[in-house]
Amino acid sequence: MSSSGLHMPDASRVQKLNAEAAAWLARANAGSWTTEDQSQLEAWLAQSRAHRVAYWRLEAAWSEAARLAALRHPPVEGVRRFPAILIRAAAVAGIAAMLGAVGANYLLTPRTNTYSTGIGGHETLKLSDGSRIELNTNTKVRLAKVDGTRQVWLDRGEAYFQIKHDPAHPFVVIAGARKITDLGTKFLVRDDRKTIEVALLQGRVRFDNGNKTGPLKTVALKPGDVIMASADSVSVTTQPIKKLENELSWREGLLVFNYTTLADAAAEFNRYNAKKIVVADPDAARLTIIGEFPVNGVDLFGRVATRILGVRVEDRNNEIVISR
Amino acid sequence: MTERTPDLASEGADPRRAGAAVTTAQAHAWFVREVLPLEAMLTRYLKKNWHNASEIEDFRQDIYERALEAAEQAIPERTRAFVFSTARNLLIDRLRKESVVPIEAVAELESLDIAADEPGPDRSTFARDLLRRLQAALDQLPPRCREAVVLKRIEGLSQREIAGRMGISEQAVANHVARGMCVLADVVYGEPDARRGA
Repeated sequence: MSSSGLHMPDASRVQKLNAEAAAWLARANAGSWTTEDQSQLEAWLAQSRAHRVAYWRLEAAWSEAARLAALRHPPVEGVRRFPAILIRAAAVAGIAAMLGAVGANYLLTPRTNTYSTGIGGHETLKLSDGSRIELNTNTKVRLAKVDGTRQVWLDRGEAYFQIKHDPAHPFVVIAGARKITDLGTKFLVRDDRKTIEVALLQGRVRFDNGNKTGPLKTVALKPGDVIMASADSVSVTTQPIKKLENELSWREGLLVFNYTTLADAAAEFNRYNAKKIVVADPDAARLTIIGEFPVNGVDLFGRVATRILGVRVEDRNNEIVISR
Repeated sequence: MTERTPDLASEGADPRRAGAAVTTAQAHAWFVREVLPLEAMLTRYLKKNWHNASEIEDFRQDIYERALEAAEQAIPERTRAFVFSTARNLLIDRLRKESVVPIEAVAELESLDIAADEPGPDRSTFARDLLRRLQAALDQLPPRCREAVVLKRIEGLSQREIAGRMGISEQAVANHVARGMCVLADVVYGEPDARRGA
């Protein structure tokens, strides 16, 4: 076979070579490939490194493009469940978040400072002791020093804590009825009103499950541990730190999806944007997606969904409606 | 649709040299896993250091061939450093052959600290960014070509079904798909907007 299908009189050596390699690859993928075709291809590849390099490169890209197809169908159950846990866990990572659930039952403190971000906001608080608290979208915290203890209430949202440990002045995050005590550490806390999640990236923290009883009443977390606490359950899983770092991509203004369902992806976007994504039918909601988007990339997301997932995307005034 | 990944080493068509320790399959795996993800960075490097943009693709191909030649003897331990020193040597060779050689250009090139300041594209960054790159690649295809690629790669239709749906011959489908494959590779491995306006 030659590249006769494509006439490229002015093409460079590489363009001709690529055209020839692509013609082979297209034919090998056409569905009527015989053993004889295969040995001809092998002979062509054996002729030169130039042939091999060109063919391997196109073949590798074409095989990566299979990901586009994978996005169209929900992956097998086993594949989907793990990342689903991960997303919720990682996104939520902070133990402190767990604390935030409901009003402060703990202590009423004399002087508190309140800091908050609106939808799409992102702010870093630098404390005088060198600690840093990063507030994600739609988040509210209150800070106070109570009897030498540095205390933070996470009233809503998600925050990433990088704490300078000081045994004389413990650092405690309170989310609802839960309490997270820093023992020298980086951690994330998220309160989504139903579940409080705490993820520990570095160091140690102690999680106290409020007025609940049971084996997970207090938990000492090690790096990679993720706690999820809701009204009627508490669970701890361990994740690779790398994955937890992915969940902190909001610090760079990005959302990272990894076999995330459209429903979960929409919920993530909706945390950051006034313009909401509504997934109108359950079939579409179960489709999964891999990729990285700016947190405010609602319109980009809509375009990608149309193209890749083949869903219908309707742009109404202040929302985007996705259906099949 | 059936797909094949020809494995030369197991098919008896192994073109490796007698006595070489590296099989074609190993060299192939190394090339795809470690060399191709460097393509965007390599292209930027070449563009920065070579005046004639139309030669960049040819250089890239030459560098890949040289890298493969070496890998057939022994897989380099530090692929990135190896690929970039191959690139530099090639540029130096070419500069010396130019009829008018600004001598400073050679010196400058030789003293270059090979892309040392750029963060390496690790495999996970590459994978994460892949969806965006694939999307960009689809956007850059001419409409009919895109249609053929989508029906083939995403819908998984056979050549005959695609031909029927598009009202063209199977050979025409194959031509569209082949052209699409070239663009996909340029965008997936190169710079996402490398093809824009081309």
